[in-house]
Amino acid sequence: MTVAQEKNPPVKLPNEPAITPQIVAEHGLAPDEYERLLKIMGREPTMVELGIFSAMWSEHCSYKSSKVWLKKLPTKAPWVIQGPGENAGVIDIGDGQAAIFKMESHNHPSYIEPYQGAATGVGGILRDVFTMGARPVANLNALRFGDPKNPRTRHLVSGVVAGIAGYGNCMGIPTVGGETNFHAAYNGNILVNAMTVGVAPTDKIFYAAATGVGNPMVYVGSKTGRDGIHGATMSSTEFNEDSESKRPTVQVGDPFVEKLLLEACLELMATDAIIAIQDMGAAGLTSSSFEMAAKGGLGLVMELDKVPMRETGMNPYELMLSESQERMLMVLKPGREDEARKIFEKWELDFAVIGHLTDTERMVLTWHGDVVGNIPIPPLVTEAPMYERPWTLTPLPAELDAAKVPAPGNSPADWQASLVALMSSPDLASKAWIWHQYDHLIMGNTAIRPQGGDAALVRVPGASKAAGHKGAGHKGLAMTSDCTPRYVQAHPETGGRQAVAEAWRNITAVGARPLAVTDNMNFGNPQKPEIMGQFAGAIMGMAEACTALDFPVVSGNVSLYNETEGRPILPTPTIGAVGVIDDIATSVGSRLVKAGLALVLIGDTRGWLGQSIYLRELHGREEGAPPPVDLAVERRNGDFVRDQIVGRKVEACHDLSDGGLLVALAEMCLSGSTGASIRLPAGAPAPHAFLYGEDQGRYLIATDDGGALVEAATRAGVPAVLLGYSGGPDIAVEGLLSVPLQELRDAHEAWLPGYMNSAA
Amino acid sequence: MKSAILVFPGSNREGDVAQALELVTGRRPSLVWHGDGDFEKVDLIVVPGGFSYGDYLRCGAMAAQSPVMAEVKKRAAQGVPVLGICNGFQIVTEAGLLPGTLMRNSHLKFVCADVHLKVETSQSLFTNRYQAGQVIKVPVAHAEGNYFADPDTMKKLEDRGQIAFRYCAPDGTVDGRGNPNGSSSNIAGVFNETKTVLGLMPHPENAVEPMFGGTDGRGLFEGMVEALS
Repeated sequence: MTVAQEKNPPVKLPNEPAITPQIVAEHGLAPDEYERLLKIMGREPTMVELGIFSAMWSEHCSYKSSKVWLKKLPTKAPWVIQGPGENAGVIDIGDGQAAIFKMESHNHPSYIEPYQGAATGVGGILRDVFTMGARPVANLNALRFGDPKNPRTRHLVSGVVAGIAGYGNCMGIPTVGGETNFHAAYNGNILVNAMTVGVAPTDKIFYAAATGVGNPMVYVGSKTGRDGIHGATMSSTEFNEDSESKRPTVQVGDPFVEKLLLEACLELMATDAIIAIQDMGAAGLTSSSFEMAAKGGLGLVMELDKVPMRETGMNPYELMLSESQERMLMVLKPGREDEARKIFEKWELDFAVIGHLTDTERMVLTWHGDVVGNIPIPPLVTEAPMYERPWTLTPLPAELDAAKVPAPGNSPADWQASLVALMSSPDLASKAWIWHQYDHLIMGNTAIRPQGGDAALVRVPGASKAAGHKGAGHKGLAMTSDCTPRYVQAHPETGGRQAVAEAWRNITAVGARPLAVTDNMNFGNPQKPEIMGQFAGAIMGMAEACTALDFPVVSGNVSLYNETEGRPILPTPTIGAVGVIDDIATSVGSRLVKAGLALVLIGDTRGWLGQSIYLRELHGREEGAPPPVDLAVERRNGDFVRDQIVGRKVEACHDLSDGGLLVALAEMCLSGSTGASIRLPAGAPAPHAFLYGEDQGRYLIATDDGGALVEAATRAGVPAVLLGYSGGPDIAVEGLLSVPLQELRDAHEAWLPGYMNSAA
Repeated sequence: MKSAILVFPGSNREGDVAQALELVTGRRPSLVWHGDGDFEKVDLIVVPGGFSYGDYLRCGAMAAQSPVMAEVKKRAAQGVPVLGICNGFQIVTEAGLLPGTLMRNSHLKFVCADVHLKVETSQSLFTNRYQAGQVIKVPVAHAEGNYFADPDTMKKLEDRGQIAFRYCAPDGTVDGRGNPNGSSSNIAGVFNETKTVLGLMPHPENAVEPMFGGTDGRGLFEGMVEALS
């Protein structure tokens, strides 16, 4: 099929301005991109057409700087049903069920208006998942804030957390996990990455590709308002003198309406009336309609005056570019409109047939009968700008000699103070103040709660034995989100590798099989070769790790230009991961709840202090190479640990990450309210390197039979050493320190509430 | 025991309580849409948690005016037991089935956490499986759970034994430490005068299975089955 020639050139609306170079520039199109547009259109565009090109060719929608790199990530595995390119990734989790998930950023809006920015971030990712037919079962989020001393940080933490809570709690989806870091590099540009995981039957998954010439295009959900209009500077005033001037560019969310939309969509999806469905996210009606038509190889006529409008005096430009929330676009089977309308009216939502599919491969927009836009769809997609931007890899820094990093001191008091200081530092202090604001228990399926284990674990609804599940008990989904930005900054390839490996390790540490990841790439300005180099390096490392660990990328999101006044954020490729466990009864958490358990360290410890939290928090240095990740060792150690857990040889397990061994032990003790005492094994490196080094591929395991575990590990060629036992009121390291658990808890739990409650 | 769970636009814990009731009774409760003025005869009506009508205006205020609540009031007057949980508690107080009101939490934030509750009496169809003074652990998840009533009402509640549960410390001590929201006299749940209507902020329906929050809430459902079957 060839794209039909334009028959009716669009009319200009009254007061529509002429397209000037300034207007083009304000739409973010470079001069050569505008030339490209003119070539495709064969004439000067109308304002609405210009707006559409500007949105579709934006970095956000087109991935023009990142696409060449994203192609390098492995995306396939036998269990992958749908990789990147749809609203979310889909993997097979057995028993005729699929997990559908994705992580997405809402960084800039959250900095401008933290509550609404974060709330609509949650709303957007939820829609991405339920538009595919899944009922969301869990939310996670990865947050990076600036220096706590920055005057704006407190306000941002407070607003973002309340926004996530406000949206997720009202939707009735448990928020079960995530991470929160602080670093001055995020002072002017925080990161809010939200992830949703949903479950659907594998034979009831909905896609965006429109089919069937003549089929109705239907708009459902909220009315369209003027919120979030792209290029708000363009403003509607030039179109219409009466319309209100600029609105905030941040969208406003209504979780109540989204809850209704969720229920109405799932109710309609239970019938067979829907052919294709797509949520309206970034670039609203524009990107949703173009994606649906382009994927189906069809054209579309949309009567924009039929779009439900929140206010009077709106025009085609605003309707196509509004980012009003809680809206969906769908193609229905012909004749099913009334059935669908009844469902949406029951849920008190708008429902409007706004157009129909054609075979022209053109997007024709009409406004009260007049054609106001007429764009050939395939070239807009295929001829979209794509850049191979220059890139410079970050060289691997020299390894930091642990011998040149001072120990905390010589006395037990110095050692004790070091542990208390680390456990009450912003990155390691308890985040209970945050997650207690999230309903993490709704749905009654949460088996591992925040702070209860390395990954969150929720029961998969409808997978009981009765539903044909082969396992003995309740099937569970394990989920985590990970990235260590300081490692990525120091050496992006190592950091990318480490982020994937840590996510894999966290899923493993609860006993689940890691299946797939979603990536949320947060970076600075890609037009700077060193930033593009960070991106390239991180992708190389991630690709290597995903391949080595059979851990494909099935969905993701790229957020670039995270800079303020030329200062970029730490490169932050957040990895969201999902795994499955056949029987939740065989899972373990990280809480040390009883005395007398043997504590066994799995994995090699060289005492790697470069880029460690110890070095940064206690010595104010961010130096050296990050710890290397040996993927073969990672896999070997992890597979061993998972087998031991599922074989019921393990009582608790915690991976070793930020802060190393002693911090991991302290976390296990605090969460389970049981002390422990350990000693340094023979041949250990210097005590501070052994206790606080961040060597990768390691786990701390509590078990009833330490001897048997060490023996099993030795047989499997996995390094393992018995360190000590649980019990007592203190955390003690023989000859070095003994800290009462209560003292450590007070410090660990007091920091964040104290910070949030102190006057700005 | 036949039970009905009301569903308002924005309800979101109806599935949780349905799951708990099914676990205990072996029977799936029916779900009743808010617009339905009439529904089948049942032994128990549950008003579940959530954000009915988005909790706009005031929590529970709009739901209290719905057609289905007119019917619930009628049946409650005839003695049909009504259980209001969380947003359901807010709705039944707004509907006048229970005294008092639920205000914003004293710390102004949403709170989701396990809390300890002291069972005040075993003399009700809801609490007969517990001992008076027993401490149970169940979660709360709300932003407006701060129970308040005027001094006269408080006195009547105390005198008539209408207080069902109080927040407490793990050892049963009733003081500020165990109170998650600032409720007067640590009140977590109250009865009507005949003890046929119970409203409570905590979620016993999320504490009915060992691996998913423990089983301390199960007694409430088992007690009702025993009393109503």
